[in-house]
Amino acid sequence: MAIIETEKVDLTKVKPYGDTMNDGMMQLGFTLPVPDGDEAVEAAKQLLKKMGLNEPSVVYHKDLGIGYTYFVAYGKCQHTVDYSKIEVPKVEVDTMSKEEVQEYIAENIKREVVVVGACTGTDAHTVGIDAIMNMKGYAGHFGLERYEGMEAVNMGSQVPNEELVAKAIELNADAILVSQVVTQKDVHIPNLTELVELLEAEGLRDKIVLCCGGPRLSHELAKELGYDAGFGTGSFAEDVASFIVTEIVNRDLI
Amino acid sequence: MESKLNLDPKIIDSARTAAANIADDVQDFIDAHTTTATERTVTRLLGVDGVDEIEKPLPNVLVDNIKEGGGLPRGASFWIGNAIVQTGDDPQTIAEKISRGELDITRLEIASEEKIREAIYPIAEKYVAKIKANRDKRNEYLNTIGEGEKPYIYVIVATGNIYEDIIQAKAAAKQGADVIAVIRTTGQSLLDYVPYGPTTEGFGGTYATQENFRLMRKALDEVGEEVGRYIRLCNYCSGLCMPEIAAMGAMERLDMMLNDALYGILFRDINMQRTLVDQYFSRVINGYAGIIINTGEDNYLTTDDAVEAAHTVLASQFINEQFALKAGLPEEQMGLGHAFEMDPDVENGFLYELSQAQMAREIFPNAPLKYMPPTKFMTGNIFKGHVQDALFNMISIMTNQGIQLLGMLTEAIHTPHLHDRFLSIENAEYIFNNARDLGNEITFKDGGIIHKRAQKVLGDAEELLRQIEKEGLFPTIEKGKFGGVKRARDGGKGLEGVAKKDEGYFNPFIELMLGGER
Repeated sequence: MAIIETEKVDLTKVKPYGDTMNDGMMQLGFTLPVPDGDEAVEAAKQLLKKMGLNEPSVVYHKDLGIGYTYFVAYGKCQHTVDYSKIEVPKVEVDTMSKEEVQEYIAENIKREVVVVGACTGTDAHTVGIDAIMNMKGYAGHFGLERYEGMEAVNMGSQVPNEELVAKAIELNADAILVSQVVTQKDVHIPNLTELVELLEAEGLRDKIVLCCGGPRLSHELAKELGYDAGFGTGSFAEDVASFIVTEIVNRDLI
Repeated sequence: MESKLNLDPKIIDSARTAAANIADDVQDFIDAHTTTATERTVTRLLGVDGVDEIEKPLPNVLVDNIKEGGGLPRGASFWIGNAIVQTGDDPQTIAEKISRGELDITRLEIASEEKIREAIYPIAEKYVAKIKANRDKRNEYLNTIGEGEKPYIYVIVATGNIYEDIIQAKAAAKQGADVIAVIRTTGQSLLDYVPYGPTTEGFGGTYATQENFRLMRKALDEVGEEVGRYIRLCNYCSGLCMPEIAAMGAMERLDMMLNDALYGILFRDINMQRTLVDQYFSRVINGYAGIIINTGEDNYLTTDDAVEAAHTVLASQFINEQFALKAGLPEEQMGLGHAFEMDPDVENGFLYELSQAQMAREIFPNAPLKYMPPTKFMTGNIFKGHVQDALFNMISIMTNQGIQLLGMLTEAIHTPHLHDRFLSIENAEYIFNNARDLGNEITFKDGGIIHKRAQKVLGDAEELLRQIEKEGLFPTIEKGKFGGVKRARDGGKGLEGVAKKDEGYFNPFIELMLGGER
């Protein structure tokens, strides 16, 4: 009996994996604004083919009540990507634990680090800023309010940029954290940009560590908008704290 | 109902008494004050509508004129009544004259109180009758085409464009939804006026306007007749225009309203004095109009921990119940809020959730409890999310909840797509049907995890209520006891709109609606 070895992955030509290397299998769920029926299924298949999915298969379709049809479909992706050449900008910091951050402050900064945070503009969703700043933190990761050597002020929701800057000036803040959860119609972009402009106008931009965060915010986008760092989903208080304190030392903002 | 949790009725009574005393204390404050929003509501209920040339609503124009003339403590009914006596115009014409600078309402000669009341009451009675007619119309629908079984399946639409919302709402009704909530645009709760006309631009939701209410009502009546089920319409009666939205909802036959001052105080930083006064009038209107209110306790668990803070939810439900009773709102219209928000990694978390939901059911037996889905621990893993929502649905049917705000598998990603809603409704219908009578078939082990948990939460809530009773509600909020959020008595938005009533103040609607035929 011949022994069949499994194919090894070629990182220069990566494609989706279902149950066999390079089978290209992808799963999709979507709606087309056409009534359910054979024509609808055919339309979905044709669309999948145009997307580069071979052997398209509609495994489920259902009328949604107003002459639109929902599909669950599979197809085999023809395209590949070169994983070996991928470079993604990331916040470059070795995350320390809460205790390590506290020690780092005591040893290297030797004074209280002041952090002001807010959910700005019309955004009323404080879940992100609360997870990072509030005493309780999130999923067992304590928030900045609980860090010794840190004064963390969470201004809450719908804070105008002007008020945030005023508070930062009042408290002589070392860092500003902005959370943006609502990103529909890109409402966060002008809002985040405005804050940078205000800080620049006040001559504060270079003296402050400026971070933003939210489910739709990448570090890359943050840098583009003039922030020092952007934190997406899965970031905890210690990631943000580590960045702030090392940035303060590296930029000589002590 | 027989208790499945072996809850001590003495502790429940004690908690309820404490909550009643807390509400009494605040009611004394409420009765002595009015607000700009309250008076704008009176103005609307007297028939004033429309905007001036800079899109400022005429109720704002009129009440600002009263306030600038120092007349707010006497209330809009007095000034409008007086203006009717002096000019012979109707309220709308009076508002229009003010907007054109032709009239300064507090500068008119003052008629006798008797004449003013004679001018106001017939108009007030006319609009109250209109609201009653809407209530009758709803009952007629319920008696003819009927309604869905409880728990009502409640879904949101949030496109920003009322016409797009209508398409989504009709689809949802056809898929099985019983209640359509039109999410408001981000930030509307902080506007100190209600926008006018149909709107097609909003962020994360659609403006609540009277015209948008009317358009959606009409669409839901149409689809309701088509599917043979009355489809309820829900909006948000909160924020700085709380009672105005209630009045608009009453006039356009909304069926359900989010309506909770504590929510506004804690999560929108609205001044507590302002919004508690506003809440009273809005609940009087909602009560009279047959509108089910939804309270916002579920939100405490998004900022606080659902295991540790469970008793704050119950304590707040007790307080909300008492505030509602004071406003003449019957238990059957109290959609007291709670939520399935425990960390899914908690061992036996499902048992704690089941315990909490059953406890709320037993303590508020006649209230159509509003049960909120998991949001805080939804991750973007839509498949796990769908399972979390399934557990949430299972608890709801086991504990006979009234209003099921469906969880969406795509929570934490985007406002629901058309098929997200379909999948969620399918999930709920499957579980509700498949486990319909499970709750009636099972009892919980005496002294087991579920019993002990409910008894502890009730005990902690009673203790908290006793403490609030001693300290007062305002200081309790100042200390951050609810949702872990601290708010100052004189802080937040809208305090400038609060005024102490003077002895000539009157509001005909409180009297007509509280004492009126139901």
